[in-house]
Amino acid sequence: MNAARVSRGRVAGPAIEDQTRRRSRASLGASFAVRAAFIWPALLAILFVSIFPLVVSLYISLSRLKLVRGGFEFRFIGLDNFRELYFGGEQRHFLGVTRPPTPLGWLVLGAGLGLLGWGLYRAWRAGASPTGMVLRVLGVLLAAGAMWLLVQTVLADGGRPGTAAVTVIYVLVGITAQFLLGLGLAYLLTQRLPGQRFFRVVFLLPMMITPVGVAYMFRMLTDTGKGPLQPLWAAVGLTDYSWVNDPWGARVAVMVGDIWQWTPFMFIVLLAALEGQDQDTVEAGLVDGASRWQIFRHISLPAILPVCTTVVLIRLIEAFKIIDLPNILTNGGPGTATESLSLHAYIRWRTLDLGQSAAVAYSLLFIVTVAAVAYVNLVRRRVAEP
Amino acid sequence: MNPLRRRSVKDLPPAGKLAAYLVLGGWALVVLFPLYWLVVTSFKLPIHVNSGPVYLPFVDFEPSLDAWRYILVDLRSDTLRPYVNTVVVSLSSSALALLLGSAAAYALIRFPYAPRVGVIALFAGCVLLAAVAAGLGVPPAVAVVVAGACFALLAATVGRRFTRALSNRDLAFWVISQRILPPVAVVIPIYVLFQQLRLLDTRTALILTYAATNLPIVVWLMRDYFDKLPWELEEAAVVDGASAFRVFRSITLPLSVPGLVATFLIVLVFAWNEYLLALFLSSADAQTMPLTVAAQNATRGPQWWYMSVLIQIMILPVIALAIALERVVSRGLLVGAVKG
Repeated sequence: MNAARVSRGRVAGPAIEDQTRRRSRASLGASFAVRAAFIWPALLAILFVSIFPLVVSLYISLSRLKLVRGGFEFRFIGLDNFRELYFGGEQRHFLGVTRPPTPLGWLVLGAGLGLLGWGLYRAWRAGASPTGMVLRVLGVLLAAGAMWLLVQTVLADGGRPGTAAVTVIYVLVGITAQFLLGLGLAYLLTQRLPGQRFFRVVFLLPMMITPVGVAYMFRMLTDTGKGPLQPLWAAVGLTDYSWVNDPWGARVAVMVGDIWQWTPFMFIVLLAALEGQDQDTVEAGLVDGASRWQIFRHISLPAILPVCTTVVLIRLIEAFKIIDLPNILTNGGPGTATESLSLHAYIRWRTLDLGQSAAVAYSLLFIVTVAAVAYVNLVRRRVAEP
Repeated sequence: MNPLRRRSVKDLPPAGKLAAYLVLGGWALVVLFPLYWLVVTSFKLPIHVNSGPVYLPFVDFEPSLDAWRYILVDLRSDTLRPYVNTVVVSLSSSALALLLGSAAAYALIRFPYAPRVGVIALFAGCVLLAAVAAGLGVPPAVAVVVAGACFALLAATVGRRFTRALSNRDLAFWVISQRILPPVAVVIPIYVLFQQLRLLDTRTALILTYAATNLPIVVWLMRDYFDKLPWELEEAAVVDGASAFRVFRSITLPLSVPGLVATFLIVLVFAWNEYLLALFLSSADAQTMPLTVAAQNATRGPQWWYMSVLIQIMILPVIALAIALERVVSRGLLVGAVKG
């Protein structure tokens, strides 16, 4: 074993793997059985709790639960559950009520489509491979479809977002706010201020609190009659206003709760990243007379960009699963206005409509997977591997 | 901070300092006020809550221990049972996840794996075969045995001819990507599975499920941690004739205690607060605290004073953990893992 082989430092991806191969051949002569014993318990656990259920779930989503004498059975009905969800009676619940967009809606849509087209054009000019181009076009079409749906349901008179649109709104608004807040707070705490440790501990707290508890706390706070902010509501004449009766009020309450809870996660990781960056470059920049903003923009931000993209990815994956907050804070109401996809699936399960529930869950899985894959390929890979 | 440190160009000007403190203080207020309200409300009587907001104990209202007495004394067993459930379930599931996950993470760093794509496809095909056969009325045990035999036969004959193989990195990515799966998409089959095993509404069911759902996090964090450990010690042990298990148990694990502790804490908080899976898999006996708290609304309407007590006893241990975690995280455990 020479020294170069065991030299430390961050080794990413293929490098780890190469090292692994060389090392193990040289020394750890672990037999096939030993290697299997190390990894199979974990693989089995995942197979039993993720993969097999996923397959069974797919079957359930293609079937309808029938109560028969002495139990129940699943009757195969093909794609009926999905048809119902996307085009049939459940469409209003799942996708929402669509109306022609307002002028603002058209504007937003135009800007979004323009951006997508521009991205596609740039990829084409940069000489993307044919497969890459096909995948990109598919991604752009999906994104355009999602945008069209959002604009028609949110930025349209009489439109109403369904659970899919509401979940996407939670994710987009939540992640943007959490990221900006977390980054701002983390940056301030790297500025050598006395009392840092106090702020660090305090800022970390919300993440530890059970989402159910957060939901109740925000129910107390948003109570315009008995809540602590009552004088404030009274001053602006909102005493009789009830958050839970106004769809957007209720959604905002859910988003505020979510932001309150998850900003700490972004904060703590970004803080550690900022503290871990190379201080010499920063000092050099300061000596050269760069302004604080220039240093942040041109030195710190590029240095922590890989970490930024990863925390956003983690939150992206987790945020789509939101259920506790809307379920407790608003019971999904008014009507179905604050229901997320997970809650939608749970409510269908409670009414014993298992097929429909599995179909909603599968749609959620599809959306998360597409979002995560697109994000990894279009944003993260570009930043992490310059 | 070193008082003798020379004034650095990094120090903010006074005005900037003030602005920074205003922002930090503002956010601290946003974080702390809901918690303060939670604490204060738990010392209120119903009349103090219902007559509009009162803020300061002893000044605005006379604090009372009624709500605490009700939850901790009058409802003793109703509070204790879910609490014990939560403690047992989260501790055991986290320990299990840590055990399985760190073994897998270690293996993915130290041993080469090359599962052949063709063999994986064969395996999936045989599983599918068994499922279809079971669906067509073949007894499940027979179907599983036949499919297993088919797989063994094919893997031993055809399997050797496949050359395309996955790498450790692919395996690790696959394990970690399991986190993408929304629990709601898999929970119904899990529910049916535990129902068949007569494990529904038991702690065992929750422990197994939580351990499996938290595995990806453990693999992800520990893989990075193990990768940074010095390799020479293990090598010396192997030269001296220690087995792989022995090396893992006596050298790698003791060296990774900080990483193990931090990962354990993170997973523990996830398990402690978990709501969706508990909602499906437990009803009365194995009920955990998040469910108890959530159920308050349905049974008694918004009785904020009782709810505040329950939420507090539930979050106190994790707040203590948060303070512990802050030290560990600021040493950069998370960042190493997040960079990759």
